[in-house]
Amino acid sequence: MGSGSGTFHENYAQDMAIFRTKGQWGVLFAFLIVLFVCPLFSSDRILTILTMMGIAVISVHGLNILTGYCGQISIGHAGFMAVGGYTSAILCAKLGFPFWVALPCGALAAGIAGFIFGLPSLKIKGFYLIMATIAAHFIIIWTIIQLRSITGGPDGLSVPTPTIGGIVLSSKANYFYLVMVITCLATLLAKNIVRTRAGRAFIAIRDNDLAAEVMGISLWSYKLQAFFIGCVYAGVAGSLLLHYFSFASTDQFPFMDSVWYLGMLIVGGMGSTTGAIFGAVALKLLDELVTMAGPVLSAAVAPQAAASLALISHGLVIIIFLIFEPRGLHHRWEMIKAYFRLWPFSHEVLE
Amino acid sequence: MTFFLQLVVTGLALGMIYALIAIGFVIILKCSEVFNIAQGHFVLIGGYLGYTFLVPLGLPIWAALGMAIATAIIMGLAIERLTLRPLLGQPVLAVVMVTIALATVLGGLATLLWGAEYKAYHGLLPTITLKIGTISIPSESLIGLIVSVICVVLLMLLFRYTKIGLAMRATAEDLAVVQSVGIRATTVYAVSWVIACVVGVIGGILLGGVSGANMELAEIGLKAFAVVLLGGVNSIGGAIVGGIILGMLENVAAGYLDPLLPGGGLAKVFPFIVMIIVLIFRPYGLFGLTRIERI
Repeated sequence: MGSGSGTFHENYAQDMAIFRTKGQWGVLFAFLIVLFVCPLFSSDRILTILTMMGIAVISVHGLNILTGYCGQISIGHAGFMAVGGYTSAILCAKLGFPFWVALPCGALAAGIAGFIFGLPSLKIKGFYLIMATIAAHFIIIWTIIQLRSITGGPDGLSVPTPTIGGIVLSSKANYFYLVMVITCLATLLAKNIVRTRAGRAFIAIRDNDLAAEVMGISLWSYKLQAFFIGCVYAGVAGSLLLHYFSFASTDQFPFMDSVWYLGMLIVGGMGSTTGAIFGAVALKLLDELVTMAGPVLSAAVAPQAAASLALISHGLVIIIFLIFEPRGLHHRWEMIKAYFRLWPFSHEVLE
Repeated sequence: MTFFLQLVVTGLALGMIYALIAIGFVIILKCSEVFNIAQGHFVLIGGYLGYTFLVPLGLPIWAALGMAIATAIIMGLAIERLTLRPLLGQPVLAVVMVTIALATVLGGLATLLWGAEYKAYHGLLPTITLKIGTISIPSESLIGLIVSVICVVLLMLLFRYTKIGLAMRATAEDLAVVQSVGIRATTVYAVSWVIACVVGVIGGILLGGVSGANMELAEIGLKAFAVVLLGGVNSIGGAIVGGIILGMLENVAAGYLDPLLPGGGLAKVFPFIVMIIVLIFRPYGLFGLTRIERI
């Protein structure tokens, strides 16, 4: 089997590998090097954008496992982020836990919350489940506001700057490294979770839950596992978000964020780890474009134009993707790759 | 006791408006199996349209209502043709997401056109005062009650005696049969969206007359979901009963429990608690059809 005459996989491990060719390993290392060198050259603003993208990617990975792979649609993801974020913020601020302990605790708390609100998924699906998760978001946020003595209620809660092993993560660059390491690990984990027995069970449940159950897949166990895993991701993302701002407030988890995470999944392409990254990055870039265009529009048209532009542009992007590119950017990306791979015989691109 | 009855009566009027809005949702769902998350935003647009026609344009109430309904009809037709028709036959998530996206676009338009500000127009709707025993019924609630009842009766007549109403009922029953006898399903879908827009806009004007128009009107949509889940998503009668129950429960619970809870705002989260309880214990609501699935 020579090099240069195609890719040949001689055993199962090679066939299942995430990075199958030397070229892919090369691209991976180049990407990682660029990622970890970029704080040296970028401004604080760019680092903030990249950090926010990283947090969104983590969150969307969770939603992708839950919605994209297991088919359990959740529009309460920001609520579960709030559970994780607040848990780790409270542990750090009130009980003096170190950050590296509080983060997994937050993730676990979010996972348990997901588990509880996932219980209705055993009886209901589709639209009913959507409503249940929307309700979950509002009930979580309301509970946080009611528990004023612990969470600070509407006044918010200030969170100490996280430290890991003596390093204070006070600069944007430090925090960027933290988020990027976790994002890369989360991506690797997500990619692997969907290749396990559980991941295959999720796909079977998504494609037809009754058929899956008949084949011996325990819906009870796997649906709740999907909720748990998805919400653990949300908890990590939420806790990173709150520690980044050193302040916890329910305003950081608006209902529309829950919708946008699903939007990211649709724009990126459901049921694909790469798609989750594409979607999160694309919608965050759109956010930045809107933020940049906002002041110009406000001056030119009306003061409220900026706020409405954000809503209208996001809504239109999702509508356009659903109508014209329902399989998302990830599918388009695969088509482009296939085009170049088959060139010059690319008259027939197989899907 | 008077306090309790007062809460029940205002709750009844509020519940009737919820029921009206929820009916729009149920009609779309029955005809085209689309879960319309944007229903609350029709209410929002309605509230602001009412303001525009009544205050800056200074139209009389009947003309304002007519203009608002005309706008709603155009809006319904445009929404159905541009966003829902290309997605016919797509999975639930795609259709629900497109209506969510629609909701944000409508919210954005409302922000752009009316600046997301509070616009009051109390007192422009006609006033009627009624007192039964010791309970006085607020005029706005009474108007809401009357208009909602008229709308519901008109819809019932439409479904019973007109050709299109019959076609809509038939489509809800069995799409394949309807198509085989030559009824255009797309027309039925368009009409169902128009009706949903119209009842949403009327509900918006009624609620705007009570508390003024602001962006929070869109949240009524979320209450309408609780109503339809309680009543059963595919039952118009269920929507009415669910609306009345939820309106009363919400008013009574908020009246008695809000003073006890420090943050208040129970009325806001109450529909969601009802929703979760219904979904766990009776997922198909009071009058909904239980779905039986085969592989």
